[in-house]
Amino acid sequence: MRVHVDPERCQGHNRCYAIAPDLFEVDDLGFATEVGNGTVPTELEAQARLAVANCPEYAIVISEDA
Amino acid sequence: MSEPRPDVADFATDFDHTDPKWVTDPFPIWDDLRERCPVAHTERYGGAWLPVTHEAVAAVAYDTEHFTSRSVIMSELRPDDTMLPAPIGIAPPITSDPPFHAMARRMLLPAFGPKKVAEYEAFTRDLCRELLDATTGASTLDAAVDYAQHIPVRVIVKMLGFPQEDADIFREFIHLVIEGVNVSAEERQAQFEASDIDVYLDARIQEHLDEPRDDLTTFLLEAELDGERLHPDHVRGTMILLMIAGIDTTWSAIGAALWHLAQNPEDRRRLASEPALMDTAVEEFLRAYAPVTMARMVAEDFEFEGCPFTKGDWVLLPFPAANRDPDAFPEADEVILDREVNRHAAFGLGIHRCLGSNLARMELRVALEEWIARYPDFELTDPDAVTWSAGQVRGPRSIPVHVS
Repeated sequence: MRVHVDPERCQGHNRCYAIAPDLFEVDDLGFATEVGNGTVPTELEAQARLAVANCPEYAIVISEDA
Repeated sequence: MSEPRPDVADFATDFDHTDPKWVTDPFPIWDDLRERCPVAHTERYGGAWLPVTHEAVAAVAYDTEHFTSRSVIMSELRPDDTMLPAPIGIAPPITSDPPFHAMARRMLLPAFGPKKVAEYEAFTRDLCRELLDATTGASTLDAAVDYAQHIPVRVIVKMLGFPQEDADIFREFIHLVIEGVNVSAEERQAQFEASDIDVYLDARIQEHLDEPRDDLTTFLLEAELDGERLHPDHVRGTMILLMIAGIDTTWSAIGAALWHLAQNPEDRRRLASEPALMDTAVEEFLRAYAPVTMARMVAEDFEFEGCPFTKGDWVLLPFPAANRDPDAFPEADEVILDREVNRHAAFGLGIHRCLGSNLARMELRVALEEWIARYPDFELTDPDAVTWSAGQVRGPRSIPVHVS
């Protein structure tokens, strides 16, 4: 599983960073990006899904095939 | 004083967010409107629209072409194209439109990012403890007046580098701006002119120009927009924005959460015994009791959800109603402290997402943690004694409680 933050949609709500700090980081402006290439370790898959489900801007996409 | 407005008979055709029914309990009004018409209308305030579904509220928030943020507080004082320097507006960036908005906002974002906000957590915690210490020995106190209302204003005053004892000046000004919408245009203009807030802020700005400090005021004075320092008028406008946006709002959120807990002993016990619940609980309080309704003005004639929106009409943007839409949130009217999926819009949606959301969340969490640590058990002395603010920021202004 991989996660990716769409920079066009992210408005810096920081929900993903609060829910899954190992998967997302925020810059000084508060905009989020996925950590590394976005690969989600198996044990963090539930966190990744929660981060997606709590983004008010629908800015995070998840792909299962990585 | 101007004549009081007549009470609303039908909110679908004559809504008014300052009507006593809305102020006391708006939720049944929104539920009813969602069933009957997703966009309500009123001739009050010179003509205004009210979307109430999550979908319609989001659509307005995202559409910065058809809706301008030139004025975000709906009142009888309706700015036209010539009154304010659009696209900047009186309090950038909340009153700014693209493309200026992005520059003005980008400049402010570093001061409110999660890491910067964390620097103020210890101050906030000490402040909460100090406020609670002052209530020692009391068997009844007012959770809004004695506690919640002091927290955000004193944190903003701290961030700006102003004397803590000046917090009252800010509280009074905010009351005027946000809760004084229900008066005539002339009266409102006169109130602003009588307020000395500009004089006060100009004096603080001059002090900081003479002697730069490590605070938000100096940050604003040294910030550059398009390669140039901000004009002091812009800095003052931004300070006014921080007050309007940061004080009543968070005070309302803290108060509403305490009001809820005062009436729900099981939620009190859960929060006291399961501190890890606080993160989802904070989000749920923000969803269920979102304080802030914004406003837009229609920028050009067009049809929205079958309604003839006309240039200059107001559009009220009730994020609290969006948060109670059952199509967006299962059991929308239940407060579920461990609600795991919570895409609430308490801080707005799109480019105007609340700049201070990290600060507000921190203050709400710390205020609740400290209150519960001191008073795990408390209840309303009289539910009818609770009063709510009228206007676009809704929260309890008096919450008398018994503590033990």
